[in-house]
Amino acid sequence: MIRFVVGNVARFALLMAAVSMVTFVLVSVSPIDPVQANVGQAALVGMSEEKRAQLAAYWGADAPLWERYANWAAGVVQGDLGTSLRYNAPVADVIASRALNSLALMAVAWTASGVLGFVLGIVAGANRGCLADRLVKGYCLLLASTPTFWLGLVLLVVFSVWLGWFPFGFSVPIGVAAADVTLADALHHLALPAIALSVTGVANIALHTREKTIDVLGSDYVRFARARGLSRWGALRRHGLRNLALPAITLQFASIAEIFGGSVLVEQVFSYPGLGQAAVTAGLGGDVALLAGIAVVSAAFVFGGNLAANLIYGAVDPRIRRGKGGGAHA
Amino acid sequence: MREEAAAPVPVLHRPRVRRVGSRALALVSFALAAVALAAVVAAGLLVQEAAQAADFSQKNLAPCWEHPFGTDWMGRDMLVRTLAGLSTSVLVGLLAAGASSVIALALGVAAALGGRRVDAAVNWLVDLMMGIPHIVLLILISFSLGKGFWGVSVGVALTHWPSLARVVRAEVLQVKESPFVAVARRLGLGPARIAARHMLPHVLPQFVVGLVLLFPHAILHEAAVTFLGFGLPPEQPAIGVILSEAMGYLSAGMWWLAVFPGLALVATVLLFDRAGSSLRRLLDPHSAQE
Repeated sequence: MIRFVVGNVARFALLMAAVSMVTFVLVSVSPIDPVQANVGQAALVGMSEEKRAQLAAYWGADAPLWERYANWAAGVVQGDLGTSLRYNAPVADVIASRALNSLALMAVAWTASGVLGFVLGIVAGANRGCLADRLVKGYCLLLASTPTFWLGLVLLVVFSVWLGWFPFGFSVPIGVAAADVTLADALHHLALPAIALSVTGVANIALHTREKTIDVLGSDYVRFARARGLSRWGALRRHGLRNLALPAITLQFASIAEIFGGSVLVEQVFSYPGLGQAAVTAGLGGDVALLAGIAVVSAAFVFGGNLAANLIYGAVDPRIRRGKGGGAHA
Repeated sequence: MREEAAAPVPVLHRPRVRRVGSRALALVSFALAAVALAAVVAAGLLVQEAAQAADFSQKNLAPCWEHPFGTDWMGRDMLVRTLAGLSTSVLVGLLAAGASSVIALALGVAAALGGRRVDAAVNWLVDLMMGIPHIVLLILISFSLGKGFWGVSVGVALTHWPSLARVVRAEVLQVKESPFVAVARRLGLGPARIAARHMLPHVLPQFVVGLVLLFPHAILHEAAVTFLGFGLPPEQPAIGVILSEAMGYLSAGMWWLAVFPGLALVATVLLFDRAGSSLRRLLDPHSAQE
């Protein structure tokens, strides 16, 4: 157990160090001048040479790479992620205020796509070759080739412009004080981006669950259960569900990176003020600190997802639990 | 009883439709997909000039006979723009996926044959690449190269190799342990000859299929990154540019600006997918008989 914890902490620390270093190097070698990106082309032309140098010094753009990284890393260890140029606020605050929006969006989409994909996969697998199976398969193949952001645009056209059922972007109504925003308002604004994000997430898990359902239905233990008189659904429920859940959970937790990427695009389409939108703004504006902060947070997020998958395996599959117990004692 | 026996032998089970060989079907489907894609690219390259031509007397037209995809706010024909954009996207996707597959091949083979240290290093690199969300990494790489064509191409090339590298590594490891390679080694063949004569024929099909199946991902990611503003510049016709520009006109009800180019992109990606899966059916010995 201790070895498991220490091993994971060490891997996490190494990953964070590597991610932050890669991010810093990548952002630093960029030919995009942070001073120009921040004050704008027109203001830069009108500025004196001194002023430019002063700004560069203020933003730390003139220090060498390793020095900037060392400063940044020393701050991060103390819990200070630096200051965002673009939002003129501490990076930690910017991320915290936006993470809530993003987490709500991703949590809804992730849960919806997982449950829907699992159910569709079982239905398709149990009715192999029938109409339901073909519909699900066709849907998945089509969705796997559909860009999330385009789907978001189409949803916007249909449900916001034509039907007027949902608002045209943002996370709260325009012209309403932050204190007056109700939960219903927030959910109303969340619905369309969450649908766009979850609809494309279904394909992968549904197709894999379908394959696995076909395997399980052809197995000896299901045949035996059927011979004892259990119905097909009964056998699936009593004997198949745990076996089906394991690969589905693996896939769903592994898809966290993908859903984060999807949320970047969806947030951009719906002007939804989340982490993804902040990442795009930071990237377009040369905001090194914010970009590095978001990259590190997203990597931590993905790591957390994989770790959670490992922990949940044990709860679902007793064989793994026993195996790990033996490994820890040895 | 006797009379029945004299009658022609009854067919107990006759398939409802006459079966066409599945390999032939796969070959035809691959050829059709390849031809269709080549046609799209060629058509797109031919109309590059026309895609830029603005005609302000024809602006903001909904789809009609002269302009099946409608026209935009500068009177440019959306069908022509979409074709030009698709060919750009496909070419960038091909270039990036090709470069990515070379990286995957080199790292996969190195991991399998280079000993434990190299293997661990490559695996760690794969974990690192998979640890950061794809889009975030693409944004970072494209930003570091100053965006534009090279930003997005290099970004896609550098981020799409991990899964294929894993496949190549597993394949090479499997072949390395196989009896026929051991026999060849005992017979005194050199490593280069073993690699060329005994390993390549086994690894190549998997690699080619993996490469073709990389294309759809590469194209979709190119479009996504361009859409976010980190990819191809606005003056170049690309699907991502068309869609991100269309965003500003959707609330005005100009749905055709986004719907048709996106549908064309989906169709293109589906074609690549079809080409890849039929190629797998042709090359993969495990499913060749299905």
